[in-house]
Amino acid sequence: MIKNISNLGDAALYCDFGKEVNKEINTQVIKYFKTIKKKNIIGVNNITPSYNKLIISFDLKKINFTKLKKIIDNIEIIKSESIQNKKFEIPVCCEKEFSLDIKRLEEKLKMTEEKIYQIFFEKEFFCYMTGFIAGMPFLGDLEENLRAKRLDTPRVKVPKGSIGLTEQFANIYTFESPGGWNIIGNTPLSIFDSTKEKEPNLINPGDLVTFKRITKENYQNYHE
Amino acid sequence: MSKNYFEIIRAGINSTFQDLGRKNLYHIGIPFSGAMDNRNYLLANKLIGNDHHDPVIEFAYQGPHLKYHGDKLNIAITGDVSFKIKKGDNLTDGKCYQTFILENNDELNIISTNKSVYGYLAINGKFDLKFQWSSCSTNTRANIGSNNGEKLSENQKINIKEINQNFVYTKLNYVNTKIENIRVIKGTNFNYFSDEGKRNFFKNEFKVSKLSDRMGMRLEGQKIENIIDTNIRSEGLIKGVIQVPADGNPIIMLSDHGTIGGYPKIGVVISADYDKLVQLTPGSTIKFQEVDLNGAETLFKLYDLETQNLISQI
Repeated sequence: MIKNISNLGDAALYCDFGKEVNKEINTQVIKYFKTIKKKNIIGVNNITPSYNKLIISFDLKKINFTKLKKIIDNIEIIKSESIQNKKFEIPVCCEKEFSLDIKRLEEKLKMTEEKIYQIFFEKEFFCYMTGFIAGMPFLGDLEENLRAKRLDTPRVKVPKGSIGLTEQFANIYTFESPGGWNIIGNTPLSIFDSTKEKEPNLINPGDLVTFKRITKENYQNYHE
Repeated sequence: MSKNYFEIIRAGINSTFQDLGRKNLYHIGIPFSGAMDNRNYLLANKLIGNDHHDPVIEFAYQGPHLKYHGDKLNIAITGDVSFKIKKGDNLTDGKCYQTFILENNDELNIISTNKSVYGYLAINGKFDLKFQWSSCSTNTRANIGSNNGEKLSENQKINIKEINQNFVYTKLNYVNTKIENIRVIKGTNFNYFSDEGKRNFFKNEFKVSKLSDRMGMRLEGQKIENIIDTNIRSEGLIKGVIQVPADGNPIIMLSDHGTIGGYPKIGVVISADYDKLVQLTPGSTIKFQEVDLNGAETLFKLYDLETQNLISQI
């Protein structure tokens, strides 16, 4: 449930679901997101769900904070609203040229490369949210013993398709982008396709994701 | 192959097609985009007799140098822009906020946005563009929108699908004013900063850094000290949000911003000041001034009224 609603500037509502980050709370956020989206409230421009927040931005010419807050305060979550839970298996190549930070992780986590990959590839991840760059999925939760901080100095360019880890999350860089996550491999699979206007994102909040290790040969000959 | 087109002699620094932008896509990571300075975008279309949401060419600092091929065309440029029109051997200085006719082989050279950043070129016709999610706006970061999501370059043409036969002659007396005081509402993490940091934020001047573009404006000044955490749980962003990362220098999110961010939000620029904010060139100084929500809403009403008044004068 929403614990508190405040204003973020003069044209957005900031809905706080509490401090904790877990699947249950995130599922609540996604349900609110879906319910509000279906209402097509006049003036609402964007609704952004994240781990434990929902930000609703609007056109100040059409509605304001007080009016929109009243609507959101009284919104009833559609009980039957389910989240997707589609399942995906993402192919990942972990050759040296792709696993840019595996040595750093071995050092930081005091664990061998083999062990890190073993734990990573056994895990089923939950997609909490997508964004930052188009289609990027934020996946959790990593096992406690695989949690490391971001790089001290972020890379100016992380290659497209990179699989990154930081703290309790994994993500996939859908475009070349600046970034500070620990890169452990690369997928040849396209995670975002702007020509599919209805569903450009392969992975959406609520979906379940596993990773599968592939060889360099498979990577090079990969066809979707 | 279009009969009417612009040949690009020089593309300019960051020339892109823009309109009102695209909405309802933050949740998949796609920002709003659209013309940075909404008022000057609207004025360009109104001057030329277009619909208010028609595509225009936005340029930054140095604009494009174009040679026109085709039937008679009407154009208008808005902003604080120096440009020249060449007809045969005759070179004349252009003026913003009025229409000009281009004929076959005429050249339009947009030299500079002077002491501002963005300017707009509208034509009385339709550019031949790809729309994605109902908008032509080019987002170069995700390669979305017209021109394959790229800025204009020298080895291409700008095709014009059709020219409206409505040739208006319009003129508006308007001068863009600059502001140094940017009004903000306190952000959701305002209490992450030390008392001194908060005071400095509203008391000191900041300099606009060279590392500013359509995604964000970086500021330099006295470091703002964080006393709680330099990271927050990643959450949604909107344009105008001022984030302060670990180095203590504020970054203001602009129209092509990442949709999610994990740095504390010290403030949010009010909607009324956004068009003026984006026009501040690197090296300009700015000062933040606090207003409350009611104040910001009133200021926006006034700003919007002023825009509507300008539009109704055309």
